[in-house]
Amino acid sequence: MVEETPWQQALRYANRANPYPFYEELRKTPVARQPDGTYVVSTYQEIVALLHDPRVSSDVRKLPAPAPAEGPAEAEPITETVIVEPNIITQDPPEHDRDRRMMTPHFVGPPHSPHLISDLEPEIRRIVDDLLDNMQGKTRIDAVDEFAYPLPVTVICKILGVPLEDEPRFHSWIETALDALDFGPEAASEEIQSRLAGGRQAVKEFGEFAAELLDRYAQQPGPGMLSAMVNEDGPEGRMSKGVLVSNALLLIFAGHETTVNLIAHSVLTLLRHPDALEKLRRRPELIVPGVEELLRFESSVQFWHTRSALEDIDIAGTTIPKGAPIFLAYGSANRDPKRFANPDELDLERRDNQHLGFSQGIHFCFGAPLARLEVQVAVGEFLRRVENPRLVEDPPPYRHNQIFRGPRHVLVDIDGIRD
Amino acid sequence: MTVPATVAELVRQFRANGRIVIVGASLAGLRAAEALREEGFTGSLTIIGDEPYEPYDRPPLSKQVLKGWVPADHTTLPRLREVNAQWRLGVTATGLDRAAKQVRLADGEQIPYDRLLIATGTRARQWPNPDEAALDGVYTLRSRDDAAQLQKALAAPPSRVMVIGAGFIGSEVASVCRELDLPVTVVERGSAPLVGALGGVIGEIAAEMQRDHGVDLRCGLGVSSLEGDSGGHVRRAHLSDGTIIDADVVVASLGSIRNVEWLEGAGLASGFWGVGCDAGGRAFDINGVVTDSIYVAGDVARSPHVLYEYQFLAMEHWDNAVLGAEAAAHNMVNLEPHYRPHLLLPGFWSGQFGLNIKSVGVPPFGDEIVFTQGSVKERHFAAAYGRRGRIVAAVTFDHGKWLEYYGKLIEQSGPFPPPPPGWDQPPDMKPIPAEFPQPGVPTAIPDVVLTGHDPSERAAEFRPRRR
Repeated sequence: MVEETPWQQALRYANRANPYPFYEELRKTPVARQPDGTYVVSTYQEIVALLHDPRVSSDVRKLPAPAPAEGPAEAEPITETVIVEPNIITQDPPEHDRDRRMMTPHFVGPPHSPHLISDLEPEIRRIVDDLLDNMQGKTRIDAVDEFAYPLPVTVICKILGVPLEDEPRFHSWIETALDALDFGPEAASEEIQSRLAGGRQAVKEFGEFAAELLDRYAQQPGPGMLSAMVNEDGPEGRMSKGVLVSNALLLIFAGHETTVNLIAHSVLTLLRHPDALEKLRRRPELIVPGVEELLRFESSVQFWHTRSALEDIDIAGTTIPKGAPIFLAYGSANRDPKRFANPDELDLERRDNQHLGFSQGIHFCFGAPLARLEVQVAVGEFLRRVENPRLVEDPPPYRHNQIFRGPRHVLVDIDGIRD
Repeated sequence: MTVPATVAELVRQFRANGRIVIVGASLAGLRAAEALREEGFTGSLTIIGDEPYEPYDRPPLSKQVLKGWVPADHTTLPRLREVNAQWRLGVTATGLDRAAKQVRLADGEQIPYDRLLIATGTRARQWPNPDEAALDGVYTLRSRDDAAQLQKALAAPPSRVMVIGAGFIGSEVASVCRELDLPVTVVERGSAPLVGALGGVIGEIAAEMQRDHGVDLRCGLGVSSLEGDSGGHVRRAHLSDGTIIDADVVVASLGSIRNVEWLEGAGLASGFWGVGCDAGGRAFDINGVVTDSIYVAGDVARSPHVLYEYQFLAMEHWDNAVLGAEAAAHNMVNLEPHYRPHLLLPGFWSGQFGLNIKSVGVPPFGDEIVFTQGSVKERHFAAAYGRRGRIVAAVTFDHGKWLEYYGKLIEQSGPFPPPPPGWDQPPDMKPIPAEFPQPGVPTAIPDVVLTGHDPSERAAEFRPRRR
C-alpha cells in the first residue's frame, strides 16, 4: 500500500479534530504535489504570494478535467453539475470585480448601506441574549445547536431577506451537500460515493429555492440584499439570473457555515485554555484582538480548492505547472512558525496578527465585517453570562467536511446563566 | 575585557544613561521615539518640534479634513506606547553645534545630546512672489493649520478655486473641490497631472479623469501673477498664455522644500536634496564620511537604495517615515555588527476622483511602462515600469490588491515586461515609453569645493554659487 502524504492524512476524518501535526509535516514541503496532481501550498508567505499572483485563477471553469480516476467512479464535483454560473469566489477579474462591486453597496459599502453592519449590533446583542436566556435552568447545553448555529443564521436571513421559516429546509440541503463533499482519500469510499447523489439533489433543490425567492423579489421588491440585487439598476446593469442565483446560494451558505464554526471553535478553544478565558473575562476589551487570534488558531475555512495555475509558476523551489489545481491551506499557514511566533499557543494579545482566516487579496472574505461583529458579541456575552462552563467531551464530534471544519456539537456543563 | 564585551558594555551604558534628541515632532519623530523605548533605551529623550502640536498624521489633511469630514485637530497620531520624553513643542531648532554636541533652539536654549536624530521633514514651497503669497485666499497645504484654514475657505464657499500645480496634493485638492461641487481650475506647467511621479502615459489618464469630473485643467501653462482686490484678497490669476481666471481661493501646490537650513555650517552633507545618510540612517558629514552620532529619518533623509543602483533617494512617503525612523532608532542604540539597514520598497497611495491610486517601487527610475491588468478605459488597471528589461515600479488605479505581486517582482529584480496575468489582460501589452520629464536642475545649490593640500587636511566646503 502506498503511504499517504501528510495532506491526505490531514484530510482523513479521523484527524478532523486535530489536523495540526499533519500540517506541521506538510509545511516541510511548502508546495507539495499530491498524487492526484494537485499542488497543496501550506506556508504563509507562499500562500500570500499566490493570493496576489495574477497568474492564479479562482475560476472553477478553468480547472482541468479531473485526472482519470484511479479508484472507483470519478467524483464529479456536485457544485459544478448543478450550478453552472460562477459566484464571486469562483470567478476571475474582470467579471469578479464587477460582480463584487455590484454586491458590495448592498452589504457594507456607501452610498446605500454604510452603517448596515454596525447598525445590526443591537439586534445581534438581542439575539445572543435571547439564546442565553433560553439556557436558563439548564445544566448542560450544546454550544453549537443552541448558540453558535442560531445566531448567524438568523442574522444572515435578515440581511439577505430570506424567510426564517424556510431555514430548516436549506439547513438540511446544506448539510447534505457538505457531507457529500470530500477532498481526502475517503472521497472514493462507498459511503461518500453513495452520498453524492443526495448532495447533488440537495444543491439542485437549494438552487430552485433561491431562484424562486429571487423571482418573487423581482415581482415584488422586499427587504434585504437579495431583493436589492434583483432590482439593481446601477450603471453596471444587473447580474444575470444564473449569476444571481449562484451568489445568493453563496451568501446563504457562507452565512451559515463559517460563522457557526468560528463561534463553536471559539467556545471550544477558550474552554481548553482557562487562562485565556479568564483573561478575556477580566479584560473584555481584548475581545477584538482575541477574536482575530481565534480566527488564526482555528481557521473557519481550512483551505480553498478552486484555484489553478494559468502559467508555470516558480515558487519555493517548485514549479507549479500551467493547468495544475492549487489548494491553499489557510489552516496550516496560520500555524506557520516562520510567520507566527509560537503558533500553537493561543495569545489573545498577539501583535501583527495578519492571519489568513479570511484569506487575502481580491477574494478576501466578503462577510468578514459581519462575522467579526457576530463572534465578538457572541463570545463576549457567552463569557460574561455563562457560569462556570466545562467541556463535557474533548475532542467533540466533528462534521465531515474538511474545508468548513467545525464541531458538530460542543457539549458544555454549566452552573447557570447570569443576567 | 575582550573587545566584544567592551562594546556590549558601551551599548548597555548608553541605553541606560544616554541622551537622545529628536528634532522633528512628526510621524518619523514619534515612531523613532517609540522604537527607542521599545529597544530598551531608558536614557533621556527630548523631542523638538516647531509646531505647537503633538505629532499628527498628514494623509487625511488633503482628503477627509478638506472635505470637512474630520476636523484638522483630530489627526493626532495614536501613540503605540509610552515614550516618556521631554517635548519641546512650538520652538524651532535653529542650529547644530557638532563640536559641542548641542542643538540650538530659537529661544536661545541649547540642548545637549549624545545622539541626534534629524527628522525635520519638508515644508510647502510658497508662492514665489511674497506680496502675492501674502494675499488673503492664497494657501499652501502641508500642516494641520494649513488644512484647517483651507477647509474653512472651501466651506465658505468660494466662487472658484485655482490650484497651481497638479502633483498629488494639487490633484487631491482639485478632487475635493469637485466633491464639494466647487468650480476649480488647475494650472500645471507639465504636460499632465502627476507627470513627475508617474510619467506622461499615466498623466494623460489622470488628465482625462480630472476633466471627466469637471476640473478646468490647463496644462503646459504657468501662473505669471496673482492679483488681489483693494481689501487684499486674491481675485484673479494671470496665466502665462495671457488668460485671466477669476478665483478667490488659490492653492499653491508647488512641491516641498527640505528643512535643512538650520543645519547650515554644521558640516553635514545636507542641502537641496536633503541630508545624506547611509542605508542605516547614519548621516554623512560634508566630506561624505559617515558620522557616529547623527542620524536621519523621514522626508529629509536621503540614502542609497540597493534596488536602484545605490542611487541616493529621498522618499516623501508615509511608510518611509515610519520604517526609516524605526531602523534609525535601532541603530542609535546598537553598534556594529548589530546595525540594521532601512531597505524599504517605496510605496505611496492617493485618493482622488473616487479612485484609489497606489504605487510601489520608484516609477521615475523606469523609462518604459506596460499595462498588465484591467482596463484603462474603466480606470481599473495595473501597470508596470521597467528599465533595461527589469521591473522597477508599478502603479494601480483601483487595483491595489495586486500591488503585492508587483512588489515581490521588483524585490526579486524580476523581468520587464513582467509575466502576463492569466485573465483580465489589456488588449495591448506592449511596453511603451513612460514619458517622464527630464529631471529638473535646481539653480540654487551651492558649489562644493575641496580645500587643503596634504591628504590628511583635505576637506570639503560649501560655497554659495556665484551667478
